[in-house]
Amino acid sequence: MPETPSELSVSLWRGGEDGHYRTYIVPRRESQTVLDVVTFVQRHLDPTLSYRFACRVGVCGSCAMTVNGRPRWTCRTHVAKVAGSGRLQIGPLQNLAVIKDLTTDMEQFFQKWQQAKGVFAPSRTRNEAVAEIRPGTPARVAADAAIECINCGVCYAGCDTVRWNAAYLGPAALTRAWTLVNDERDAGNAARLQAISASGGCHACHSHQSCQELCPQALNPTAAIAGLKRRTAAAYLKGEIKANKG
Amino acid sequence: MNVRLYVWQRATAALMAPLVLIHIAVIFYATRQNLTAADILSRTHGSIVWAAYYGIFVAAVSIHASIGVRNILAEWSPLSERRAGLFAVVVGMVLMLLGVHAIVALVVT
Repeated sequence: MPETPSELSVSLWRGGEDGHYRTYIVPRRESQTVLDVVTFVQRHLDPTLSYRFACRVGVCGSCAMTVNGRPRWTCRTHVAKVAGSGRLQIGPLQNLAVIKDLTTDMEQFFQKWQQAKGVFAPSRTRNEAVAEIRPGTPARVAADAAIECINCGVCYAGCDTVRWNAAYLGPAALTRAWTLVNDERDAGNAARLQAISASGGCHACHSHQSCQELCPQALNPTAAIAGLKRRTAAAYLKGEIKANKG
Repeated sequence: MNVRLYVWQRATAALMAPLVLIHIAVIFYATRQNLTAADILSRTHGSIVWAAYYGIFVAAVSIHASIGVRNILAEWSPLSERRAGLFAVVVGMVLMLLGVHAIVALVVT
């Protein structure tokens, strides 16, 4: 490990909403991830530390935290990339209630998925033939663009509009809605477009593009939300949906 | 903001884009030609075209700006969406009144 300090100064958020940062010294290792650091503290320095992880390979979306002020997936974030100064500050995701230490309450995040009608509404029963979908059609390409969302909450935590407007559905839920809006097999678009046109829906987005900048999967929620704005406006002008109150 | 307000705000923005350019071009023309207030009024008096042009402009501005004010208040102030909407209606009406007053001065009196 040339030119790498042997130790890392790590500040971890401890407690609930009114908690504070506590500093730990963690040995520096080669190819060390931020999740490795948190795990070291929990296993060797303080077993009362609470945090969430599962797969450790960027698939499950459980381990997102605020790392040096920026929301990141910690299992795929190398310490070398973010702690040039030899210091790390790791806190819970913003815009979500803190349960304890580095764990947040994700209920609101997933409730908004439901609110945005992020659930697939089948148009065929199991007795009918499987729909033939050509992967190259524009609708399928648009649906595929965001299919790899892992629900990590990084975009939600980094969104200014979520911070200012508690009713805003957020980038992840709206991106999921956009995926389904473009899914030819789905039959729930009337209700979905209606749901995301309400106050706090896609029109609340200011297009700051933090979600696009921060998404660990390199998805583009801003583009998805822009698509929803166009689609809902067209549906409204055609009389397919009504203006909700607010 | 719901979809109805969104459509109104975008539609008025699209309408205003060419109107603003014409407005700026007219200002440049008037200053370059050293037109006095009396010169301008002599051209605009009784003109249905100028009355219609600025009438549409004022209506678009009143709608567009009041929706924007509503959004800012709903997001940044402690006002509820309903109260922000009521306040925005007042703002829109004031803008409309001021605009109509100016058009009457330009075209009628």
